[in-house]
Amino acid sequence: MPINYYIFLSLAVFCIGIIGVLTRRNSIIIFMCVELMLNAANLLLVAFSKMHHLVLGTNFPTLASEAQVFVFFIMVVAAAEVSVGLAIIVMLYRNTHSVDVNFLNRLKN
Amino acid sequence: MGIAAILFWFLSALTIGGAIMVVASKNPVYSILYLIITFFAISGHYVLMNAQFLAIVNIIVYAGAIMVLFLFVVMLMNLNAESEPPQKKRYLFFAGVVAGCSLMLVLVAALKSSSSQIQLVQMGSGDVGLISNLGKVLFTDYVFPFEISSVLFLSAMIGAVVISKKEVVHPE
Repeated sequence: MPINYYIFLSLAVFCIGIIGVLTRRNSIIIFMCVELMLNAANLLLVAFSKMHHLVLGTNFPTLASEAQVFVFFIMVVAAAEVSVGLAIIVMLYRNTHSVDVNFLNRLKN
Repeated sequence: MGIAAILFWFLSALTIGGAIMVVASKNPVYSILYLIITFFAISGHYVLMNAQFLAIVNIIVYAGAIMVLFLFVVMLMNLNAESEPPQKKRYLFFAGVVAGCSLMLVLVAALKSSSSQIQLVQMGSGDVGLISNLGKVLFTDYVFPFEISSVLFLSAMIGAVVISKKEVVHPE
């Protein structure tokens, strides 16, 4: 597969995530769209690691493995982020009885 | 067209269709289920690129842990299509769609003539993504970030507990 196909696939998933963040008002769905964007970036990183393994594998034998370890650390950070973010959403729901993000504009005052 | 190409197009259609349905469906539970389909399709992409460790971790962490957490939260809040906050201003909806599509248009136009289109992604071969190789790299060169991530998890756990703890109101 040419690398272009993976670039355009990740781009499509990333832009769908952006459209979701901009158009939806349910905070949980906004959070899920952020996860979608993270996964698009992960997919592209893995595709690039396999591409450079063909080109640079003889000179830098651990380069592709390092790229995949990087993706692993992105997943680790995403898991920690989800736990804290969902706790914040639950606390918000407990205080306002709504998951609408527009309720948060009361933080202005 | 080989079996790898057929699988690639099938998984790509599944990924994009699932992602669109995540954004489009009214009921948050359906959104989560479509997101699980999307994550499984992305794991299929990893398997196709022979990144087996990442495929397994993606299924265990994302589809197994994170999505179950989302599902628990949605079911605890008893959200459904009726409790969905309505998008009152229609022009904001169209502005969001136009903004996202414009970003995609700009990036596609910038990347379609890039010189990287001759590069091929190695599929179904190569031992980079196998667990033994990644484990060796993870526990020799990257052992310090690996241990730091345990501290990150501990702080995330404490933070989640502190945030979601019920506030005690002291009577004056």
